[in-house]
Amino acid sequence: MEKTPKNTPKNPRIDPKQIKGWGIDADPKNDPTYPMRKRMNVGEDPDSKHRPDHLQPEDTEVLRSIERPDVSAVFGTPAPPMGLSGLIRRAAFKYSENEYKHWLPLIVADRVGVVEGIVADLSHGKLPNIWAEKGYDMEWKYNRPAFVTKLATIGAVTAGLVVWLSSGKKKQPKPVKKDYLSRF
Amino acid sequence: MLAMDYRGPKRVRAVQKPMPEIKHPQDAIVRVLRTCICGSDLHLYNGNVPDTRVGSTFGHEFVGEIVEIGADVTKVKVGDRVLVPFNIACGECHFCRQGMFGNCHESNTESTAVGAIFGYSHTAGGYNGGQAEYARVPYANVGPTIIPPDMDLDDAVLLTDVIPTGYQAAEMAGIQTGDTVVVFGAGPIGIVAARCAWLFGAGRVIIIDQEDYRLEFACNYSYCEAYNFKEMNDPVLFIKKITDWMGADCVIDAVGAEAAGNTMQTVTGRKLLLQAGSATALHWAINSVKKGGVVSIVGVYGPTDNLVPIGNMMNKGLTIRGNQTSVKRLLPRLIEHVQNGVLNPKALITHRIPLEDVADGYRMFSAKLDNCIKTVLMPPTANQ
Repeated sequence: MEKTPKNTPKNPRIDPKQIKGWGIDADPKNDPTYPMRKRMNVGEDPDSKHRPDHLQPEDTEVLRSIERPDVSAVFGTPAPPMGLSGLIRRAAFKYSENEYKHWLPLIVADRVGVVEGIVADLSHGKLPNIWAEKGYDMEWKYNRPAFVTKLATIGAVTAGLVVWLSSGKKKQPKPVKKDYLSRF
Repeated sequence: MLAMDYRGPKRVRAVQKPMPEIKHPQDAIVRVLRTCICGSDLHLYNGNVPDTRVGSTFGHEFVGEIVEIGADVTKVKVGDRVLVPFNIACGECHFCRQGMFGNCHESNTESTAVGAIFGYSHTAGGYNGGQAEYARVPYANVGPTIIPPDMDLDDAVLLTDVIPTGYQAAEMAGIQTGDTVVVFGAGPIGIVAARCAWLFGAGRVIIIDQEDYRLEFACNYSYCEAYNFKEMNDPVLFIKKITDWMGADCVIDAVGAEAAGNTMQTVTGRKLLLQAGSATALHWAINSVKKGGVVSIVGVYGPTDNLVPIGNMMNKGLTIRGNQTSVKRLLPRLIEHVQNGVLNPKALITHRIPLEDVADGYRMFSAKLDNCIKTVLMPPTANQ
């Protein structure tokens, strides 16, 4: 039998009619509701191919889903594909959104992009302040015991791994097979 | 200008970037006055959304002042203070004309599965977001809505996503008068969904989460029952028990890919990325709704696959609805609700952080530190 949560007494049932605004948007016809309610089939829409008057000029590389015939009338361009991550992204966009071959390479490209970002920072003489970028000051301020425990655990596991990997038995030299026959 | 800059999973910083430019005659440039960190930004922050490129600026919840307009912009002018819906929509395509402004076909070249969203990866169109001093806003005749003079900017910024998404979650649940509604997730969206369920005439609203401070906040803000799933053996069994063994009439998934509560889902969905996020909340939603009930999904998942009990969905005769919120469609009604005091968006705000400290803001929201519910970032330009 399911147990009752401890905070149940905090939850007395209230009369909904006492709540400001109760029922003001109630509508028996709200079923089926949005987005079904005002649906319009493409066949019923003589203007289904309508496009805005002006199209944004393509002055930068835009990767296009192959599930659409054209570039949308406006698009964003904060980070055009470049470097190794860009190559992976271009390859991913050869496949439809229906395929893992589209999405999984994009996730890989994102991770490659992180490394490229660090390299770019370093090449500009900037050492990324990982502590600040991860907002660890907030953990230190509001969650110190758990944060210290987490850091200590990561440190201990890392140290343990290093010790374990570096303290393996020294490889015994391969015993040299005595070549008894060479004497003959 | 100062802008948030994504450097990799759980790594962001504020840097100087070039000013945005008008790229299309319907563009506008907005000086940002308030911008928020959204729960769905955490999917980007954690590196779970494919094609989230280093160097991108996040932020799809922002309000600001128009400082420049393109040649074809007629509905707003320089100097107007506007709230900017998080979706980028042309207002003319087959989908926009059905009110599906979250599914516009003329704003996202890189994916057909999702409409364009400010600052939400190249999968959502590759636009820089509003966690910056200035932002480019395409289709300025369609999205940006002039903030009524009597409206607080803090209320306005929450009308760009949180309030409409919570409201649409309740709307899509098809709530009928007297229905029992269960909401999974007591983040800002879940809290608003629970509050809005009453507007549709719910008879009972229950919210489930694992953070006591959020449950307490939800109790007070949304007048709902609140339960911690960590104190239960099985949340689905618990809901069956408290609904006279029938299940809830409507269940809302306001969690999405970052869900906790099931080790297998967490490991495969969040750690190994073998799924498009952890589908624990959706799993519970399908299993705890009554036969013939409705599951409404506003929690965000990635574009690949998730493990959910789809067989139960068929066998129970469920209706599942979901969508990115059609903010523009809902704004007139929601502005009315805020002006009439039915909804109080700014009461959700618990933290206000300078844009310069954006990394601290993300860490605080992500790790749920200092009882954080909703964080507003204040760009230096906000005080000009």
